[in-house]
Amino acid sequence: MNLHEYQAKQLFRDYGIAVSEGVAASSADDAEKAALSLGTSKWVVKAQVHAGGRGKAGGVEVVDQIEKVRDFADKWIGTNLVTFQTDENGQLVNQILVETCTDIENELYLGAVIDRASQRLVIMASTEGGVNIEEVAEETPDKIFKVEVDPIEGTNDKDADHLSLHLELNESQSSQFRDIYKGLVKLFLEKDLALLEVNPLVITSTGDLLCLDAKINVDSNALYRQEALNEMRDSSQEDERESKAAEWGLSYVALEGNIGCMVNGAGLAMGTMDIIKLHGGEPANFLDVGGTADAERVAEAFKIILSDKNVNTVLINIFGGIVRCDVIANGIVEALTVMGVSVPVIVRLEGNNAEAGLKILDKCDLNIIPASNLQEAAELAVKASKGEIS
Amino acid sequence: MSILINKDTKVICQGFTGGQATQHCVQCIDYGTKLVGGVTPGKGGQTHLDLPVFNSVNEAVDKTGATASIIFVPARFCKASILEAAEAGISLVICITEGIPTIDMLEVKVRCDNLGVRLIGPNCPGIITPGECKMGIMPGDIHVPGKVGVISRSGTLTYEAVKQTTDFGFGQTSCVGIGGDPIPGSSFVDILDLFQKDPQTEAIVMVGEIGGTAEEVAAEFIKSNVTKPVVSYIAGVTAPSGKRMGHAGAIIAGGKGTAEDKFKALEAAGVYTVKSPAEIGRGVAEITGW
Repeated sequence: MNLHEYQAKQLFRDYGIAVSEGVAASSADDAEKAALSLGTSKWVVKAQVHAGGRGKAGGVEVVDQIEKVRDFADKWIGTNLVTFQTDENGQLVNQILVETCTDIENELYLGAVIDRASQRLVIMASTEGGVNIEEVAEETPDKIFKVEVDPIEGTNDKDADHLSLHLELNESQSSQFRDIYKGLVKLFLEKDLALLEVNPLVITSTGDLLCLDAKINVDSNALYRQEALNEMRDSSQEDERESKAAEWGLSYVALEGNIGCMVNGAGLAMGTMDIIKLHGGEPANFLDVGGTADAERVAEAFKIILSDKNVNTVLINIFGGIVRCDVIANGIVEALTVMGVSVPVIVRLEGNNAEAGLKILDKCDLNIIPASNLQEAAELAVKASKGEIS
Repeated sequence: MSILINKDTKVICQGFTGGQATQHCVQCIDYGTKLVGGVTPGKGGQTHLDLPVFNSVNEAVDKTGATASIIFVPARFCKASILEAAEAGISLVICITEGIPTIDMLEVKVRCDNLGVRLIGPNCPGIITPGECKMGIMPGDIHVPGKVGVISRSGTLTYEAVKQTTDFGFGQTSCVGIGGDPIPGSSFVDILDLFQKDPQTEAIVMVGEIGGTAEEVAAEFIKSNVTKPVVSYIAGVTAPSGKRMGHAGAIIAGGKGTAEDKFKALEAAGVYTVKSPAEIGRGVAEITGW
């Protein structure tokens, strides 16, 4: 789960990490009040969305008149911001962040992530701040410096100093960096983060370190014990169908094709998409109905799949391990009957109670095409999607 | 022969009296697994499925001599349960539960490694040695004893691979689901090593998926350490970048972790790859000449 910049910066403050001063506002009036409360005459105003690339898209401005703060708020709040990281519709701006303006001497990069290869929390720093760090990693990997945090021993000043050295910080900056470093590691571990990025971490004209931007992604598995973060969720930034699916314990990701997929298990769901593509078709979605799918969830899965108007065929692929195929079969029949589904539905059932499931499908007089294995299921689905069978 | 578990493995279940655990333990017992008891704190002294319930793993190990544990406790208690098993002298811990916070796993992994405990999972279907012992949630009847070792990050995709090797008449020595999380207890490399050393295993099926670099690391290992034929399928060629595909670990991040990269690395290591999940059995037939 992503947080907004203003939320991430609040967490930084809570952990004693130096960030630029600012106030979030959700209307022009609030924005004006926020600007006046900061006691300066020059501000940075930033649209709050869960996407990067805001600056280039017009979502960040430096203004020196209070009217312009209002104008910016009026322009963006309630509007979608399109950046290179969003889709063509963009993301809805609900708040803007009004901040004091910082005079920048130099821009650095600081990030923290769980590194899967080393199985450690890894802190990364680079002198190449303010630019796309993935490009830096690709083109000049020697400009990114890393330290691993021991999961049992924790952090120490030596690691922080190692990074300071590479960032070419002076003595007073190194001392500030230790605090930032320790604060970030503590924040990361205590709040169950998955990713944390400060890009840029700046050296101000007075020689101090300051986090100018803040990006946080939280481990969704840990939200049960991170109530405060869970309350920061902004569902307007998430795909509506994906959120709806999640409420029902379904994992759904929309794709561009026309063959809707309903599969149990994430790996098999991806495998099903792949085999459709391999046979010349286009999957419309990833959907894992999970291990405990019942009739109700199957019905919900159908609703979500069919809410995509491109879908002209549905492929159901169930390999029953935990889930019983007869339960799924009843769910399919019930859902198709109630919803009056008109598109062809190809069904492949295997494993736990598969025969009983197939009998149920045989007995009903709906537009269901049974398949005896995965390959045949894919071939039938591709044909159906091209109107070659119905 | 087999890896990790056989007909003599004494197994306990943590979270024994819960609904999921009960359902699957019944199936494990039916399959022939030597389940010798279970642990549910506060229910020690009771009997469940005709087996003794203990308050702690220590007590269970003491009374039953169990060496393996299968864990079904809710995600929030998994860290404590895994560590309890590891510290009580259990040498093989299989954690089925999905949804464990990654931060918990960082510490669990280090502590298990330090104690020399083999952890499989979390978020996995478990392990089966066909005809001998099932410690997991897989449907037992698709497996037959044989000569293929199966390793996978996915649950149902493992079943797909198993079914095909069964249909071709090859059978399996053991099948290991290492799980779909970013920090798994055991990696492909750990299990590949065991299959390479197992005399009965004549070919290996490795099913990977997008996200991370575990398959690339496995490819390096295969190149220099595995002499047995390996067939591999990687799920997620069609997965979009930046989206988590069900499993916590299945995400292409910053252009890294794509199926293409993994296929390439495996092919460079001499692995026979198949692009369709329906071709795994055929791939084994092709490379072994069986």
